[in-house]
Amino acid sequence: MYSLLVPSFCAINKLSSALFQGGNYIFEFDSFADRDICREFVAAAIAFHGETGKSTSEKPAAALQDEQLSTAEMEHRIKLLQEDNELQRLHKQFVIGGILTEAEFWATRKKLLDQNDRRKPKQRVALKNEMWSVKPLSDGQSNRVTFNLTPEIIHQIFAEKPAVRQAYLKFVPNKMSEKEFWTKYSRAEYLHSTKNVVAAAAEAAEDEELAVFLKQDDMLTNEARRKIRRVDPTLDMEADVGDDYMHLPDHGLLREESKDVLDSQYEPYRRYFSQDLNQHAAVVLQGRVVDVELGDTRSVAEALARTKQAELANEVSDGNLEKDLSHRISRVAEIEDLQGPRDLAVAPLCIKDPRDYFDSQQANALKPLGDAGSGVKTLKFNVSSVEAYGSLRELISEIRVTGLSEPITDPEVAFKVLSGLTQNISSTKYHLGKSPHESILDSLPKVTKEDLLHHWTSIQELLKHFWSSYPITTKYLYTKVTRLKDAMSQVYPKLQVHFVLLDNYNCFLYNGLPTCVYNFSCIFSLNSRKLRNLCSQISGIKFPYLSNQCFRL
Amino acid sequence: MYLHQVPTNFFDIFPDDVSLLMVLIDTNPFFWNSINTSLSFSKFISNVLAFLNSILLLNQLNQVVVIATGYNSCDYIFDSSALQNHNQKGESLLQKLEEFVDKDESLCRDDSVDGPGFSLLSGSLSMALCYIQKVFRSGPLHPRPRILCLHGSPDGPGQYVAIMNAIFSAQRSMVPIDSCIIGAQHSAFLQQASYITSGIYLKPQLLDGLFQYLTTVFATDLHSRSFLQLPKPVGVDFRAACFCHKNTIDMGYICSVCLSIFCKHHKKCSTCGSVFGQAQTQDSSTPDRKRKTSVDN
Repeated sequence: MYSLLVPSFCAINKLSSALFQGGNYIFEFDSFADRDICREFVAAAIAFHGETGKSTSEKPAAALQDEQLSTAEMEHRIKLLQEDNELQRLHKQFVIGGILTEAEFWATRKKLLDQNDRRKPKQRVALKNEMWSVKPLSDGQSNRVTFNLTPEIIHQIFAEKPAVRQAYLKFVPNKMSEKEFWTKYSRAEYLHSTKNVVAAAAEAAEDEELAVFLKQDDMLTNEARRKIRRVDPTLDMEADVGDDYMHLPDHGLLREESKDVLDSQYEPYRRYFSQDLNQHAAVVLQGRVVDVELGDTRSVAEALARTKQAELANEVSDGNLEKDLSHRISRVAEIEDLQGPRDLAVAPLCIKDPRDYFDSQQANALKPLGDAGSGVKTLKFNVSSVEAYGSLRELISEIRVTGLSEPITDPEVAFKVLSGLTQNISSTKYHLGKSPHESILDSLPKVTKEDLLHHWTSIQELLKHFWSSYPITTKYLYTKVTRLKDAMSQVYPKLQVHFVLLDNYNCFLYNGLPTCVYNFSCIFSLNSRKLRNLCSQISGIKFPYLSNQCFRL
Repeated sequence: MYLHQVPTNFFDIFPDDVSLLMVLIDTNPFFWNSINTSLSFSKFISNVLAFLNSILLLNQLNQVVVIATGYNSCDYIFDSSALQNHNQKGESLLQKLEEFVDKDESLCRDDSVDGPGFSLLSGSLSMALCYIQKVFRSGPLHPRPRILCLHGSPDGPGQYVAIMNAIFSAQRSMVPIDSCIIGAQHSAFLQQASYITSGIYLKPQLLDGLFQYLTTVFATDLHSRSFLQLPKPVGVDFRAACFCHKNTIDMGYICSVCLSIFCKHHKKCSTCGSVFGQAQTQDSSTPDRKRKTSVDN
């Protein structure tokens, strides 16, 4: 057990190598801030080591020391490695294997590192579906009732109740402060929740501003009237057939209904649950109309007011709506059976002679196949159908009598056929890669294919770093180049192993591979020629030439 | 369109190489009468029978269906899954073949025919594809189908559209069409068919050894084709030729209604009769101008 004061980042770096030798450690800190920093870093480092293996724990520690990475950077890199398998494999092979340093590896991937930071979530958050429940927190002792109003709730209130929004814009900050406004609003909501219409009316009579909240919302009523006028009469109500609006009072909603008939003076203070519900649903389905920061209440209110006004203006100016509607009505109201026959606007397709297509194509198709002298000659003479069918029937009965012959084919002929076919098939290796249908890589076994592709990507990576350090001007570059050259020369024997294994496929039909190997090694040999020349200048080492050894078959 | 679904444990229940082989044999009497080779119809049939037996021996669940392509009609003459008595396969096939030939003769309206005549390949291809569709819809477990055409008659020009439609339908259902040409000349139709559907096209040199060709090349099931090399033709030239002169062209005019190709601008399409609009004038001056400005800049 160790107890340490952790003043700086360098110390943490040195610590990480010790940490992953195993064992448990206890740290003491001066302040909470220090502890939090350390905790984050240790968590990131543990995750990092958990993936890449504990065997080479010194190397990452050394790398980290060089760079002074922030924890965010580390986490970012770890996340990138986690997401991309290929990247992780390369990282493991090169950085943990000591061929490239961490800095070099990520130097060519700056774009990847930058990219992620700027990703913003593309999804927009919708409005909450809860109706703001009027269940305030009340502690049983005192007479106080507390309402919680978050900016989200305020946004929703403004969207659902235009009268409140208008009142806010009018009263605040002229007549009353925001706090007072919301207190009054809360009082109104509380009164509504008690369902005491008489009391509501009484309070409204006293306080003019309160009355605004307690009365029915005129703006809403007007809006509802407008919407009803614009309903599309061609709407198919088939889906609603199952719903019973006649026999179920209040659409099945349970409500405590005060059965006393009230004076008409109290009517304006009555609130209907179904109205509230409909308005709430309409607002939620519409979604977020304004995209304003919710912090500033005034700007939210103004933005919503502007949107509503714009909508109104659009409606008024949209005279086309009436025309569209009447068009649609007349179209849907047609009964098809009663319509007369309509003339088609198009002329029917009439192809005079489909044989033209055939002739145009026939000429070219047969040229590459050449003249197959198979000894089959066509004798063009006129045969009567009776004769033709007769001879066919005779031949069939001949088989029925004699049955299958033994052997079915003369063995010599069969052998000739087989060798001919073998020759044909083995000659196709010269044509590999010419047909767009086939892919050489796909004809290899899956494991081999993946291995070859991985070798290819790792060689790409090594070559990238190799050529980027040319011209070699410093000692550091020289050592780097030597390191890379060694790594590259190690790939050749690995590939040899594959070819030896595949050689053991003795099927004569499997002739595709040597050509593939030849093609593949050409990729290497092109680079390796340059490599060989350059490196032999530096180090005087001769490189093995792969293609010779592999193209044996 | 209903696509056949393969359940995740398909390969546990059905091994990979179960195949349904549809064999279309050419029974055009005028063709068989007009060739002069060592391969008579009886020898041909006996080779095919031996081949069918070997297919059925490869796997207990293999199925074979034979369709005869006649001069006037086509018909199914053998279905291995419908047989009650397995020892009578050959007999029942031959019996049905004889009945088919009789029926075909009765439908014949020509008294005599010049040369080999044309067999109804489009009809038998369609019948094969219909059978395959039925198999697809029979449930999630079904063998993998392929079509083998043993064809010898020359290509009938009037069947072009129908055959191309059948080929595209086979391509969509991923059914390979293999072709074995036993006639004198190559068949452009079947070459196209095999190319488009990734099947094998072969014209045997030694027809005596037809059985050997069939078992070496055409007996491979679809699973094995992923790692076995089979003979492939060198390359196919499917370039279009113009309808007016039959010259091969690379650029030309196409009627947007019937897709016929012309090398020169015509006022009216000769195939479907639709009237063409104004031809686009060749703007050879504009590209030069563009090139010049880019050089200047």
